[in-house]
Amino acid sequence: MRILIIEDDREAAGFLKKAFAEAGHVADVAVDGETGFALAEEGGYDVFVIDRMLPRRDGLSVIAGLRAKGDTTPALILSALGEVDDRVTGLRAGGDDYLTKPYAFSELLARVEVLKRRAGSRDVETLYRVGDLELDRLSHTVKRNGQEITLQPREFRLLEYLMRHAGQVVTRTMLLENVWDYHFDPQTNVIDVHISRLRGKIEKGFDKPVLHTVRGAGYMLRAD
Amino acid sequence: MTALPPIMRTTAARLSALYLILFTACAVVLVVYVSSLSTRMLTAQTREAILEEVSGLGRAYQRGGLPRLVRVMEIRARQPGANLYLIADPSGLILAGNVESLQPGVLDDPGWTARAFTYRRFGEGESPGEKNHSAVAQIIRLPNQMILLVGRDLGEPEQFRGVMRRALVVALGMMGFGALLIWLFVGRRALRRIDSVSEASRQIMGGDLGRRLPVTGAGDEFDRLSENLNLMLDRIAALNEGLKQVSANIAHDLKTPLTRLRNRAEAALSRSADPSAAHEALEQTIAESDQLIRTFNAILMISRLEAGSSADSTEDIDLAAIVADVVELYEPVAEEMGVALGFKVAETVRVDGNRELIGQALSNIVDNAIKYSAEATEKPTVMVSLHTDAASARLVVSDNGPGIPAADRERAMERFVRLEASRSQPGSGLGLSLAKAVMTFHAGALELSGKNDGLSVAMVFPKGKSK
Repeated sequence: MRILIIEDDREAAGFLKKAFAEAGHVADVAVDGETGFALAEEGGYDVFVIDRMLPRRDGLSVIAGLRAKGDTTPALILSALGEVDDRVTGLRAGGDDYLTKPYAFSELLARVEVLKRRAGSRDVETLYRVGDLELDRLSHTVKRNGQEITLQPREFRLLEYLMRHAGQVVTRTMLLENVWDYHFDPQTNVIDVHISRLRGKIEKGFDKPVLHTVRGAGYMLRAD
Repeated sequence: MTALPPIMRTTAARLSALYLILFTACAVVLVVYVSSLSTRMLTAQTREAILEEVSGLGRAYQRGGLPRLVRVMEIRARQPGANLYLIADPSGLILAGNVESLQPGVLDDPGWTARAFTYRRFGEGESPGEKNHSAVAQIIRLPNQMILLVGRDLGEPEQFRGVMRRALVVALGMMGFGALLIWLFVGRRALRRIDSVSEASRQIMGGDLGRRLPVTGAGDEFDRLSENLNLMLDRIAALNEGLKQVSANIAHDLKTPLTRLRNRAEAALSRSADPSAAHEALEQTIAESDQLIRTFNAILMISRLEAGSSADSTEDIDLAAIVADVVELYEPVAEEMGVALGFKVAETVRVDGNRELIGQALSNIVDNAIKYSAEATEKPTVMVSLHTDAASARLVVSDNGPGIPAADRERAMERFVRLEASRSQPGSGLGLSLAKAVMTFHAGALELSGKNDGLSVAMVFPKGKSK
């Protein structure tokens, strides 16, 4: 995956570039808004990571400018201390995701990978399948190995989100955002307990685990 | 404005100069008016006196002809006074009277002399220093071509003019003195107080933050100004003190986990022979860092809320929906910890608020309640309820845990305060202060109460549009 990082803090940008490289991605860095905009216009990137406060051109204006030119490459906005409704402003300007500093790199990586995937498949499928686990969005049923599993509505949405991003790391914050629609940092074990309940239902009685814990980052649904 | 000399840059000097110019102008106008008026009156008086003399002499002439006229005139001329008499032949040679010589040409035209003329009185001689006097007169041609002059010396009106001039000088002197007095009073007293205020503020800016502006006790505008500025300084000092306190708390609360983080990394490094131990240490390090980030985020959020206004980021929301969300979110955790979590919500309760913030504040409170009620002696229970009355909506979270003593409740909402009893519990100590900041943001309040065992935390929202 090719990532464009527009961040004026050279040290932070350098760290991001290195960390993305370690995760197997190629990242370019621009240290001001104008340069970043020019690089982005050249195209070829899968995801933009854009700081809000940039010299020469504000991050939101860069995104708005790209969107005006018809560039739909997913963009993740990084922001330092902001206002309460920063997220709303950022998303309204054309950003696809939003992360407030300080953040954990694992969180950023997980979000960037999800953004890339989302851009790849615009259409939401009606049937998800991970190994022998099956989720039908239309009939609201979950089956494993042909055997129907009864889930609470919230558990269903949790599994749906995990299955949509099967093979990708999903963080606790991402789960709280997408399943509960709250954007704060959850107390660690709140989401964990929901996951372990879900895990109990979809793994109990079956020999292979599908819902894996990724230490220090989050969870991943994967059949192996 | 062009550059003024330094002395003119003080308000006192400028005010004094202004007064001086104003009063001088008034005085000059007054003196000119009075002197011209009185000169005119004196001239009229002089002429009247002359006309009286002329008519007296005229009667003498009618009765006894020229000899009687001359005799009467001689008598009158000998009397002391300002009157002048003179008879001359048609060529202008002086025959009788008390005038020895005249400015030439005075006798040429009959009637009033056009302007004051100079003359020498008879018998005054020509001793040096004696000046010619000036006078006005009427010239009459007698039927026998002789010339009669009746006049009056102008010494008196001139004296009067001199008095007026002196009065003007004295008046101007007094004006200047008055201006000086004004400068002394305004400049030395009032403006020196402004100087003392600016001196005090300079010292405060220089770092002497405990200093206050002087208050004389006179109760005037300056005192009121100083008092208000002092109140402002007190407020700033209090905020500053709070900031210091918080910084110290942050430093302390972040120092502990940071030290732990470093020690763990160090220990892992020295035991690098065992890969699984190192791995475990790294995981703990990440968990610890996450907690640090969480603490940072909470601090930032509280500052943001305290600095921000609620404009633009609130909307009409349903509190009951938020309660249902949060209870649903925490229900599995509560069950795992053996705590019964329930809620009593009758209907939708709409307030003007921010769903995210209220959700986060409520989860903090519910999180705390679950943690502490787990220590309860009876069956641990947490109940979330929502009541409304005319003025407010109250979202109450009650637990049957150990509670907080009434004396400590206020302190429990301060940043980083973790009461002794709760030191054993994990957490940043920011949960309640964040909830309090959220309530302040919503123009509401966070109230702690409790009876016997347990704690009730109430989020009180003002009803209706608070904006």
